[in-house]
Amino acid sequence: MSLRTPLGRARGLGSAKEGVHHWWQQRLTAVAMVPLVFWFVVSIAANVGADYASMHAWLKNPLNASLLVLLLAAVFHHAQLGLQVVIEDYVHCHAVKTASIVAIKLLSIALGVFGVVSVLFVAIGG
Amino acid sequence: MKPDSRPLSPHLQIYSFKLHMAMSISHRITGIALVVGTLLLLYWLGSAAAGPQAYATAASLIGSWFGRLLLLGWSFALFYHLCNGIRHLFWDAGKLFEKEEIYKSGIIVLAAAAALTVLAWILGLAL
Repeated sequence: MSLRTPLGRARGLGSAKEGVHHWWQQRLTAVAMVPLVFWFVVSIAANVGADYASMHAWLKNPLNASLLVLLLAAVFHHAQLGLQVVIEDYVHCHAVKTASIVAIKLLSIALGVFGVVSVLFVAIGG
Repeated sequence: MKPDSRPLSPHLQIYSFKLHMAMSISHRITGIALVVGTLLLLYWLGSAAAGPQAYATAASLIGSWFGRLLLLGWSFALFYHLCNGIRHLFWDAGKLFEKEEIYKSGIIVLAAAAALTVLAWILGLAL
C-alpha cells in the first residue's frame, strides 16, 4: 500500500521533488568523460613541453577546441554535483550547507565559463 | 535541541577497516583533489589566452619538479576516479555486488589506475 497520491506516483519525483535528476546528470557526465578524458590525456602527453605556437596550433584545430569545451562543461557539471553531495553529507548546519552549495554552483559556472572562454579566445581569436 | 541519550547504531570506527572502505572514501578524496587540479588546468588555458609571456611562466611552473609532482598525483587521482567510477556504473547496473566481486573489482581498479598512470607518463616522456 502506498500513501502517496496517484499524481505523485505518476510524476515519480519523490519527497525532494527532483526524482533521480541529480543521480542521472552525474552518470551522464561520467559516461561522457570516459572517452573525453582518454583523448585529453593522450593529447596532453603528446604535447608535453609544447611551446606557445604549437599549443595555439593545437587549440586552433576545431576538433580539439570542441572536445576541450565539451570536457570542461562535463567536468564542471560533474564536479559541482559531486561536491554538493559531499557538502550535504558532512555539513549539518543548514545555513552553512546552503551557502556552501550556492557558492559551489556559482563558482563552478564561473570557472567553467573562464575555461571555455580561454579556449575560444585562442581557437577563434588571437 | 536537547542532547540525545538514546543509543546510536554502531558507527564507522567499530568496523575493521577493509579495502572497499578505503576505496570508497578515496573516490571522494580523489574527486575533491581533481577539482583542485582543474584549477591548474584553467591556469594553463588562461595563460595560453593571455599571451606568450604568461604561457611561458605557466609552462615553466608546470614543468618544474614540483609541477611535475602535482601532475603525477593528479594523473593517478584522475585514473583512479575514472576506473572506480566505471566500477560504480557496474554497481548502478546491479552487477558486482558479491563479496568476492567487490574485492576483485577493487584490485582491478587499483591495478588499472596504476597501469594507466605509468602508460600516460611513458607516452608523455617518449612522444
